[in-house]
Amino acid sequence: MLRGRAWKFGHNVSTDQIAPGRYFHLRSDLPELAKHVLEDANPEFARNVQPEDLIVAGRNFGLGSSREHAASIIKLRGISAVLAQSFARIFFRNAINIGLPVIICDTDRIAQGDVLEVDLLKGRVRDVTRNIELDLEPLPGVMLAILQDGGLINHVQKHGDFSLYSDRGKPSSDQAGPSESS
Amino acid sequence: MGHTMAEKIIGEHVGREVNAGELVVVEVDACLIHDGTGPAVVRELEQLQELPRRGLERTTVCLDHAAPSPRQELSNEHTLLRNFARETEVRIFDVGEGVCHQLNVEWMANPGEIIIGSDSHTCMAGALGAFATGMGSTDVAVGIALGKTWLRVPETFLIKVEGEFPKGVYAKDVALHLIGLLGADGATYKALEFVGSSVSQMSVGERFTLTNMAVETGAKTGLCATDERVRHYLEQHGRGERFRFIAADAAANYEQVIEIDVSQLAPTVSKPHVVDSTAPVEEVEGVRVDQVVIGTCTNGRLEDLAVAARILRGKRRHPDTRLLIAPASMEVLVQAYQSGYIQTFIEAGGVILPPGCGPCMGVHQGILGDGEVCVSTQNRNFKGRMGNPKALIYLGSPATGAATAITGRLTDPRHFV
Repeated sequence: MLRGRAWKFGHNVSTDQIAPGRYFHLRSDLPELAKHVLEDANPEFARNVQPEDLIVAGRNFGLGSSREHAASIIKLRGISAVLAQSFARIFFRNAINIGLPVIICDTDRIAQGDVLEVDLLKGRVRDVTRNIELDLEPLPGVMLAILQDGGLINHVQKHGDFSLYSDRGKPSSDQAGPSESS
Repeated sequence: MGHTMAEKIIGEHVGREVNAGELVVVEVDACLIHDGTGPAVVRELEQLQELPRRGLERTTVCLDHAAPSPRQELSNEHTLLRNFARETEVRIFDVGEGVCHQLNVEWMANPGEIIIGSDSHTCMAGALGAFATGMGSTDVAVGIALGKTWLRVPETFLIKVEGEFPKGVYAKDVALHLIGLLGADGATYKALEFVGSSVSQMSVGERFTLTNMAVETGAKTGLCATDERVRHYLEQHGRGERFRFIAADAAANYEQVIEIDVSQLAPTVSKPHVVDSTAPVEEVEGVRVDQVVIGTCTNGRLEDLAVAARILRGKRRHPDTRLLIAPASMEVLVQAYQSGYIQTFIEAGGVILPPGCGPCMGVHQGILGDGEVCVSTQNRNFKGRMGNPKALIYLGSPATGAATAITGRLTDPRHFV
């Protein structure tokens, strides 16, 4: 169960806003880069975000550059999950790959500062401040498996390969692909 | 049932027919990394030393994002990548050789291949009939380590582009118009397939502009069927034997069909701060512009520089407007030099940047000042993109850029062609 305060953002928050190019030289120093996370979208966030807080955004969060550093520095600042109405494709994969939960749900009803509780396994988001419950869209099986292993590096270290199951819980018929899951 | 190009290419790699929506593991034919996201790939590979590195043989390293390096931290990242290339004997393109996507199509990508790159515009190689897609560092590190990746077979939007290009309208205007139609997330997780008489008539270099910008609709990749022009392109680049015809089946299943009549298009720009806020140039004419950038992976090919040079020949840039030229590769720079375009740009008051990403992502070579306005032929105009969140970026064609450089204000290129 995750519990924290909501930081609200709008639609189309790009990776250029999450990890600005002017700090490109800090990519080899992620704790330093993380001090600037999202500062072009909301300077207050970079200054005041607390561990376990949650990012709550509109449509197409994380569009643009494939820079994984964007997801990495969000996680590094202790954000426990990002909730959005939709995510850009590469950011979505990157977040799962580094073990940052990303949740698709109707974020319109959540306001800045609301206290949220997220149960990833049960697929529920509760806005404690407003006393409302929101459904979340389940992750594809493969992404859930990667997330539960703590990211893609851990996943392939553990399995020696992708452990790819279809959404219906059956192994893919691809011979080149999946190993038996443990 | 027929199959789309994406389904066919992925199916060939899986060894059976696949349909949109399936999750599959596929062998990757090539991996691409650069100095922005590559150092993380190298560091992650160190954690995956037990794995066989099956993808290493066709991995390429390009130093293009901060090249030549403007800071010691980035110089050290370049050293890391050079050492990696030396130790693993993978191919490296060093500073000044070009943008990774242009180098990929000039030197590596072939029809029918699956290519993953740690850069979102990897999809550009789709104009050669490759399924090429951008991913993050971890996905590419694992792709190199295992020689494969997992994909969801994408649904496809068919983009039919028909009609004669009016004067002053180019592939970039088509790309921007399409992004305006679909929106910045209108094709998330989909593939775009570009067909139609206008696409057939485009040079391969112009098609790269279309497939490059596919990701700006959220798409996973953009594809064009291969034809004699692609065969000729590969022959010119020493890979004629790798040519093959690839196209969708006639009965392929498309999620959406979008028709664009090029003859009705006007020169188009994308206004700050999102790529889908498009408008005809004539609607925003007159905005004062401090810097014009012509080039980058989106529009830094010989065709693009030819269009700009024709407009700029015998003219000067406006005294208050800087003009930066960023050729996409050394090959382009040499050809542009031999064609006289480089002299034209210099005589017009332009600055020739080394082949590479140039000022596109705000690391060097033309970072904007507070409140400054830039017209660029690059692919993104997000807030802060060119190094300053207080600057404004308009995206347009090389013709729009060249016309604007002369007048110092956003200018419809039809006044000059």
